[in-house]
Amino acid sequence: MKLSKLAQALWCAAAVAGFTTVVQAKTELLVYTAVEADELAGFKQAIEADYPDLDIKWVRDSTGIITAKLLAEKANPQADVVWGLAATSLKFLADQGYFQPYAPKGVEQLDPKYMDSAKPPVWVGQRAWIASLCFNTVEAEKLKLPKPTTWQDLTKPEFKGHVVMPNPNSSGTGFLDVSAWLQMWGEEKGWKFMDGLHQNIAQYTHSGSKPCKMAAAGEIPVGISFAYRGAQEKTKGAPIDVIAPSEGVGWDLEAFAITKGTKNLGAAKQLADWSVTRKANELYNQGYAVVAMPGVAKPVPNFPAGIANLMIKNNFEWAAQHREAILAEWAKRYDSKSEPKK
Amino acid sequence: MAEAVTPPRIRPHLGRDEWLMGGGLLVLALYLAVTLLIPLVIMLAKSLEDRQGVFVGLSNFAQYFSNPARSGAVGNSLWVSALATLIVIALAFGYAYALTRSCIPFQGLFRLVAMAPLLAPSLLSAIALIYLFGNQGIFKGWLFGESIYGPIGIVIGSVFWTFPHALIILITALSSADARLYEASESLGATRWRTFITVTLPGARYGLISATFVVFTLVITDFGVPKVIGGQFNMLATDIYKQVVGQQNFQMGAVVSLILLLPAVLAFFVERWAQTRQSSAVSSRAVHYQPKPRPGRDWALLGLVSVVAMLILGILGMAAFASLAKLWPYNLSLTLSHYDFSNADGGSWTSYGNSIRLALYTAFFGSLIVFAGAYLVEKSRVAQPLRTATHLLALIPMAVPGMVLGLAYIFFFNAPGNPLNFLYGSMTILVLATIAHFYTVSHLTALTALKQLDPEFESVSASLKTPFYRTFWRVTTPMCLPAILDIGIYFFINAMTTVSAVVFLYSPDTTLASVAVLNMDDAGDTAPAAAMAMLIVLTAGVVRLLHTGLSHWLHRHTQAWRR
Repeated sequence: MKLSKLAQALWCAAAVAGFTTVVQAKTELLVYTAVEADELAGFKQAIEADYPDLDIKWVRDSTGIITAKLLAEKANPQADVVWGLAATSLKFLADQGYFQPYAPKGVEQLDPKYMDSAKPPVWVGQRAWIASLCFNTVEAEKLKLPKPTTWQDLTKPEFKGHVVMPNPNSSGTGFLDVSAWLQMWGEEKGWKFMDGLHQNIAQYTHSGSKPCKMAAAGEIPVGISFAYRGAQEKTKGAPIDVIAPSEGVGWDLEAFAITKGTKNLGAAKQLADWSVTRKANELYNQGYAVVAMPGVAKPVPNFPAGIANLMIKNNFEWAAQHREAILAEWAKRYDSKSEPKK
Repeated sequence: MAEAVTPPRIRPHLGRDEWLMGGGLLVLALYLAVTLLIPLVIMLAKSLEDRQGVFVGLSNFAQYFSNPARSGAVGNSLWVSALATLIVIALAFGYAYALTRSCIPFQGLFRLVAMAPLLAPSLLSAIALIYLFGNQGIFKGWLFGESIYGPIGIVIGSVFWTFPHALIILITALSSADARLYEASESLGATRWRTFITVTLPGARYGLISATFVVFTLVITDFGVPKVIGGQFNMLATDIYKQVVGQQNFQMGAVVSLILLLPAVLAFFVERWAQTRQSSAVSSRAVHYQPKPRPGRDWALLGLVSVVAMLILGILGMAAFASLAKLWPYNLSLTLSHYDFSNADGGSWTSYGNSIRLALYTAFFGSLIVFAGAYLVEKSRVAQPLRTATHLLALIPMAVPGMVLGLAYIFFFNAPGNPLNFLYGSMTILVLATIAHFYTVSHLTALTALKQLDPEFESVSASLKTPFYRTFWRVTTPMCLPAILDIGIYFFINAMTTVSAVVFLYSPDTTLASVAVLNMDDAGDTAPAAAMAMLIVLTAGVVRLLHTGLSHWLHRHTQAWRR
């Protein structure tokens, strides 16, 4: 008897389950992102909890690969939403008409400097990704290096051969630094600083997180990288200090935009709406110290204190316009010296 | 050559055989056109456009060469690749010679060890080299103050990963020899050196030339090693990376890719030239050469083989250590925690399963297509221009950087009007891309094996009124089975480890383990990346062992003619 009752119950449950899946066919949303893989599972869970009809499918890779893939797919875009990609990349794609402007519900609660100035905005920022130094204290002690607190410190002779930075021609983080120096100090002083820095550079890397990893592993004591990576390495136990140089630091945004012509516009808008909520911003804050909604951010362990106040006034328009010329000038000055200096 | 080139032309079945072979060639040419030529042409045509897609003639090239940083990369690429090639060919020839023409012990073991670099994603060897020779490296002092980041690291890393590629071709080239030639040489009183120069080397000439060009092109087009360990030493392949991934400038990327295609074109003509001077090593009357023990030679070769094997194991051992050390270089206690991927990339076990599927499909379909294709190119006597064209097509992939192939696939398969658009984002497109990417070495291996079979087999069967496909199935295929298996395993292992082309093509349902390795390393998780890479190595290693067992069995059952 019992058995048949159980069978009946199961049968009912199965029927109900089958019924509901038919009724609430989930919308698969193909989302291209450069957010770290370990954070994505949490985001997917949170989004789908609030919008049960959504089924988020991530395509995740590094900023450069995702941007190249998006651009190559331009004739027949596959992504429904681009989410958590560098604003510089989004702007580059937006200029080619890739996206559908949309003002998510509640977007007015975000700090306007973190989104596209058009109304409605083409892209909306989520959180800032900020330049920082990773400084290996163990190796520094061996080499008797003082702790750098400014960018200019890095041009001092004692740092010769002890600094790594990303090549701006291969890495968005590298470009963010160069662009910040030129915006802070102007052309002449900016290039003069880089000439001096070049004398001390041991090597230009092809990825933005590599310099901090090298510093964390003691390969090179000072890595010019970004705060999130530094905080992560430090939390893992690497003997590094994460330093925000006092003159000011460059930054970029992780931002999102909806692809023009997406077949799932309604679902894409739901994701956009979710992405500007307080809950979303609190989640962004778990790894990043500066998020788009004012008043949400709590300090993140191992982030340099007060880094938000050191963020420069970043002109994305200017950076996008001058990018090619800056990169060409940079390559001419520093890339032709092919031999690594000792 | 004389007996090879003019088989008796009296063929009763000429019509049907030729139609079938011609048809087969056409299908193969179409296949290569769709999976290789058309996507590449679309991609490379961008070198003549500006970023808005307007035709600008050669101005991109002019711009490229006017920048000293860029044009310097050409010279750097050339000399580094030439040096690495020289070292690899010398070592691999000695190694292959020891394995095929001497009586050293543990040949099976040495063969396995030598193939080990194939098993590893290139990132793994780069991590190992940094741990060995980097600023915190154990053997840092061995570089006499020179930095591993730069040409030295690139050469060492390239030698490591290209060694097995050269070895496969050279072993195939050296494993069949006609004992009658050696007897003749001996009875004519020639010294061993003279026999080596006049019999051994000419017999292996084709293999040597192929191996040289394969290695040179592999090194010059690889961006993995220079990206990780090259410092800012400029090379053409890293330039493509800078243009395509750093700046999304596909037009400039296409310019550099075209420059990189030159070595392949050169290889084609040199190989054609070498072929006209090649004779079949194994005529249908051949007696298989069996090396006799000779202590002096055997000890010297054993020494060489041991040193090379130790170096390979040293690099792999260091990588294994990297995956086990808690926090390099500050806490070297051992831990297995990096093998728990649950806190790194959630989908990595799924990715691992996907990688295995990709590898199996690629191995099966790849060896089928490549071997049948090579047979048609080598043995058919019809449609000469089509054969030449197909052969040239087969040589191209080696010279195409994976990134360029990946992007070319997007442009072609994702074009709105393309009837093949449904493949985009599927497992099939990953298989197609991987077969295309690794076509050349497989094709050359198949050709080397086929060239050693006397064309008289075909002539005889033709005169016996046997259709060619029966000869193919009952004579050629069994005789070449070891080579076919080698091709299969080559595809399998490369499919497990490859990143550069597939990184643009995977979808949420087809994520791959090799891509996960790259991303974990990028995210700063060096040790888990090394751990995942070791998992790939172990998997590929197990498959490799199975393959060795199978080869042994096959050798006993189908290769009696070699004895």
